[in-house]
Amino acid sequence: MSKPTFAMYWAASCGGCEISVLNIGDRLLAVDEAFDVVFWPVAADFKYDDVRGYPDGYIDVCLFNGSIRNSENEEIAHLLRRKSKVLVAFGSCAMAGGIPALSNLTTNEETLRAAYLDNVSTYNPDRVVPQPNTTVPDGEPHIPVLYETARSLDQVVDVDYYMPGCPPEPHQIWAVLETFIQGKPLPKRGSVIGAGEVAVCHECPLQKDEKTIERFYRPYEVTPEPGRCLLEQGIVCLGAATRSGCGALCPQVNMGCRGCYGPVDDIGDQGAKILAAIASVMDGVKPGKTDHEIEQDVEAGIETIADPAGTFYRFGLAHSVLRRARKNGRTNGTATRLEIHHEENQY
Amino acid sequence: MSETFEPLIVGFTCNWCSYRAADLAGISRKKYAPNVRLIRLMCSGRLDPTFVLKAFAGGADGVLVSGCHPGECHYLEQNYKMLRRYTLLKRMLAQMGIEPERLRLVWASAAEGNKFADEVTAMTEEIRVLGPLNWNGIDHARQRSEKLRSAERPPSAPEKTEKKAKPAAVAARPAGPPAGKKPATPPGGLKPPGPGKPKPAPPPGAAEVKSVPAQPATPGEVES
Amino acid sequence: MLPDRHPFVNGTPKIGVYVCHCGTNISDKVDVEEVARWAAEKLRHRGVIVARDYKFMCSSLGQNLIEDDIREFKLNRVVVAACSPHLHEHTFRTACARAGLNPFLCEMVSIREHVSWVHTDRAEATAKAKELISGGVERVRHHVPLDPLHVEVNPNTLVVGGGVAGIQAALEIADSGQHVYLVEREPSIGGHMAQFDKTFPTLDCSACILTPKMVSVGGHPNITLLSYSEVEHVDGYVGNFTVTIRKKARHVKEDLCTGCGICEEKCPRKVIDTVFEAGLGYRKAIYTPFPQAVPKFPVIDVENCTYYERGKCKACQIFCPTDAIDFDQQDEMLQVQVGNIILATGYDLFDARRIPEYGYGRLANVFTSLEFERMSNAAGPTGGKIVLRDGVTVPKSVGIVHCVGSRNHRYNPYCSVICCMSSLKFAHLVKERTGAEVYNFYIDMRTAFKDYDEFYQRVLNEGVHFIRGRVAEITDAVRMPGEEGKVIVQVEDTLIGIQRRIPLDMVILSAGLEPRHDAKEVAKRFGISCSTDRWFTEKHPKLDPVATMTEGVFIAGAAQGPKDIPASVAQGAAAAARVLSRIGQGGIDLEPIRAVVDEARCSGCRICNSLCPYSAVTFDVDANVTRINPALCQGCGTCVAACPSGAISGSGFSDEQILAQLDGILMLNIESGDGATRMPELVAEPA
Repeated sequence: MSKPTFAMYWAASCGGCEISVLNIGDRLLAVDEAFDVVFWPVAADFKYDDVRGYPDGYIDVCLFNGSIRNSENEEIAHLLRRKSKVLVAFGSCAMAGGIPALSNLTTNEETLRAAYLDNVSTYNPDRVVPQPNTTVPDGEPHIPVLYETARSLDQVVDVDYYMPGCPPEPHQIWAVLETFIQGKPLPKRGSVIGAGEVAVCHECPLQKDEKTIERFYRPYEVTPEPGRCLLEQGIVCLGAATRSGCGALCPQVNMGCRGCYGPVDDIGDQGAKILAAIASVMDGVKPGKTDHEIEQDVEAGIETIADPAGTFYRFGLAHSVLRRARKNGRTNGTATRLEIHHEENQY
Repeated sequence: MSETFEPLIVGFTCNWCSYRAADLAGISRKKYAPNVRLIRLMCSGRLDPTFVLKAFAGGADGVLVSGCHPGECHYLEQNYKMLRRYTLLKRMLAQMGIEPERLRLVWASAAEGNKFADEVTAMTEEIRVLGPLNWNGIDHARQRSEKLRSAERPPSAPEKTEKKAKPAAVAARPAGPPAGKKPATPPGGLKPPGPGKPKPAPPPGAAEVKSVPAQPATPGEVES
Repeated sequence: MLPDRHPFVNGTPKIGVYVCHCGTNISDKVDVEEVARWAAEKLRHRGVIVARDYKFMCSSLGQNLIEDDIREFKLNRVVVAACSPHLHEHTFRTACARAGLNPFLCEMVSIREHVSWVHTDRAEATAKAKELISGGVERVRHHVPLDPLHVEVNPNTLVVGGGVAGIQAALEIADSGQHVYLVEREPSIGGHMAQFDKTFPTLDCSACILTPKMVSVGGHPNITLLSYSEVEHVDGYVGNFTVTIRKKARHVKEDLCTGCGICEEKCPRKVIDTVFEAGLGYRKAIYTPFPQAVPKFPVIDVENCTYYERGKCKACQIFCPTDAIDFDQQDEMLQVQVGNIILATGYDLFDARRIPEYGYGRLANVFTSLEFERMSNAAGPTGGKIVLRDGVTVPKSVGIVHCVGSRNHRYNPYCSVICCMSSLKFAHLVKERTGAEVYNFYIDMRTAFKDYDEFYQRVLNEGVHFIRGRVAEITDAVRMPGEEGKVIVQVEDTLIGIQRRIPLDMVILSAGLEPRHDAKEVAKRFGISCSTDRWFTEKHPKLDPVATMTEGVFIAGAAQGPKDIPASVAQGAAAAARVLSRIGQGGIDLEPIRAVVDEARCSGCRICNSLCPYSAVTFDVDANVTRINPALCQGCGTCVAACPSGAISGSGFSDEQILAQLDGILMLNIESGDGATRMPELVAEPA
């Protein structure tokens, strides 16, 4: 009897998901024993044509990580969908856009300019920027077209399961693969697997109290009190709006959760939810002040959150309601959106 | 022929103050721009930023949020929570390329009908200047005008002309009876004021619509 | 087609849409027939199986239309597009209930106040009506049958404030056989009315008409009088309040004290009485505020008592025949269970020192109205003699200034209602007792109620001078001969158009009424709201002046706004009647708009814990989840919006309902010609 087939592909990805799979350690041998690997660019030398040659549905389980950022990503997404029985959006990028989707806050023009042109460490006197089609003496190389908008996998193809995380934790990866290996029944199609069902706070050992936050701090500005909820201490932590499953690793080392496990079940827009939650528990209303003074106090407190869009949508911008920033808006003719964007980014 | 862009504004009001302010504007017959569509919440503190985002993504050009004045919230202090969410949301929307004028906060007590009305009119004009948001590039205004036309309209000349003359991408205001041309005679003729007899119930089983008497060539009922 | 986020409850949707003409109120601006037609056609795929328009949906014939349709077509949802839900939501809900449909499956859409009455373009108005109805249809699909929460009503009542309004309320309730706890901050009940001399327009002696009521309260078997006490904390909800009251230590044992008054006589310490005597007279360190005080027990003013300062004296204890003095007595904390609360906490007088140009506090012979009441009162510090600050000289000319601190954008914009009448009363009393020349400086004469204007005519006939003008300054700076040693009033006499300086011996400032200085804290403690002026907010200024938006808490008297004694008494009785009707019903149905925590989804983040002003949200440390008390929850939905896990849902205003209404308003539920109906997907695009 032939072994079930396994594929793993990286689209617009950093490679961390692959590393995380390797981090399941010895159990990788069990994976190798249980599966027939038929496509895994990081680990084996299969070509796209090999995949095109497989019959449809040939791949029993395909772990697809990385977001859809260029035409190659999209093409292979469609290809692997055809060739896979079970297609898993693996990792935050495939699931919700991930870090690459933060480019949805800007435009390709800005991105390419920052990378190739207006950059102190780049020497590019001819101001050459990559093009999809070029002519060189040796021929006409084509590189994939860079899309304006990064997308999640389910925004191009149907996805069977989602495994969140940046990267998904090795113990969760093993738990999912074990389910496949042991042939155990899978949950309803479209479910999130390899993760918990409530928010990270449930797993987090820090002591939680009623929250009233005066202001927020950047992580370098303050040393948190050990054992106490980071959010209460003014450190932005998205744990309350993030699905559990990672073991609350980041808060335990004094870094606020960044939300990579995506929203808790059924929530539409993770960023909007954490925005509502954090704003609701901010203090700053003192008695005896006028409407205007109150509004100013609230603004001052809110100002201490640097880069709300980038923070609240760090991993999930493609799955958010708005999905990308608007490219051509006007603001009473005083500033274009791009200029506003620069003002917001106080890196 | 260019038609002026009519902004579509979704308004979230609280049951105790701002919704009643809108009611008071009505009772006072205060006229204001017809561009806002109100959604009633019990309290402005119920406002989830998701509502605002979905409104913009779904076709609204502006969102109005209105509640009791700080210190006067019917639920004591919940409008403060809304104020904080609104402030943070506005910052984030600016990063997303949505101009700050498109999200507007108005404190209005139940006695401030005029203020509410004036704010709506002012907001409409500000957004008219900004232009349609058309999130994701869909011409929502054009789609709306199509959806607002029912097939049951009497096939009178003004309607046909309107259909032919409508250019493709113009944000036309939706058609009801031909705008401004006919006097306000609803199909079916003028009825004298005062309590009339209820119309006879149509035969059961059909998808029911009040029959329109005396219209040539137009069946009064829609099939089920 | 827009995918449903949640499956439709109880079967397939069968929705009836009813569009009201409201005579011509709606139909003259909204093409109501077209709207109904449009709904039937365009929303059929969303479950609309009948759409009617009718002249007056709220009439019994209109309601019958709905009821007949429910029965005949087995409608399971109803949308009525008419006036504001604040008017007729109850009407249509009841109609649905009569036809066997859960009343909460009915949704009202306002196309009158929000559309036909405020817009002029018929096309725009009709379009807006359609969109709003589309929103209503989408929303109502997500309604679920709800049952009101029924709570029992404890027949005991708490009345806070022992002024005339509180006294009236307490007596009405107690006379009916129900028990009342009457809490009063001062050592005696009576409030401001006990301070007055005569009351307008009858010139009844204030104490004479009030003290019989006070005595009734003191002796009433159904009233537990907690004087010298304050409410510290209120827990619970309508029908079931738990109130924590601090009974401050009088240092007198009430069960032993006979009220003989020897302690007061023997006490060597004299203190200026700033409360009852308005600073005009003295009391002792151990005192009863006034002779007719109820209860009669004295109280020791600890801050001004020699014993507490230096450990000496103890004269009261030495002379007390029943050994009732207890220097070590502690405050007592009590808890009572009540079903309803009436707040009748009264007013504070405007502090005339805030108007420096009127010289109060600086010029000796400028008095406030309350000071004058005490002076004129036969039991007051001057024995009823009207004299200057030296206590001896009888004034020969007296000025009375209306509207001090009222009708003034620098202080209080409102009219204090009673000052014109009390100023006339002062004028009369001064004239009668001293024969002095009296000048009333007024802006408008507000003498609106029964026999009030007749009183004004009477005072006019007594030769009092009336000068119409807002007093600019009251000074002792002499500018002209004849002003030496006088208090000079500078005013523009607007009726003759000249500036006047009028030298007088005495000036009385009719200071306005203000809410109690701690009105805002008190409101918060009882869960009601104040206006920006800090008067307690009534449920409806016209139709419901004694109820508040908080079920179970009522207001009466000057705490709701400036008013005279008959109005305060009437409101006290009105509040009592409301309470008695609640008690009579035995139970009350609460609106089922509540927040609920899905404990399986709660992660214990506790973000919601600090958001509830009604203490409905509590955290169970052992279970590590948050819980919401449905009876305490007032349904504002703040916690619903804040929960980052979506673990809290709000019945009646759930996310699904609101988002569906939004989709309906944006008409995402209707296909457009080019087929694009869903929230638009981004399409792949070349760079």
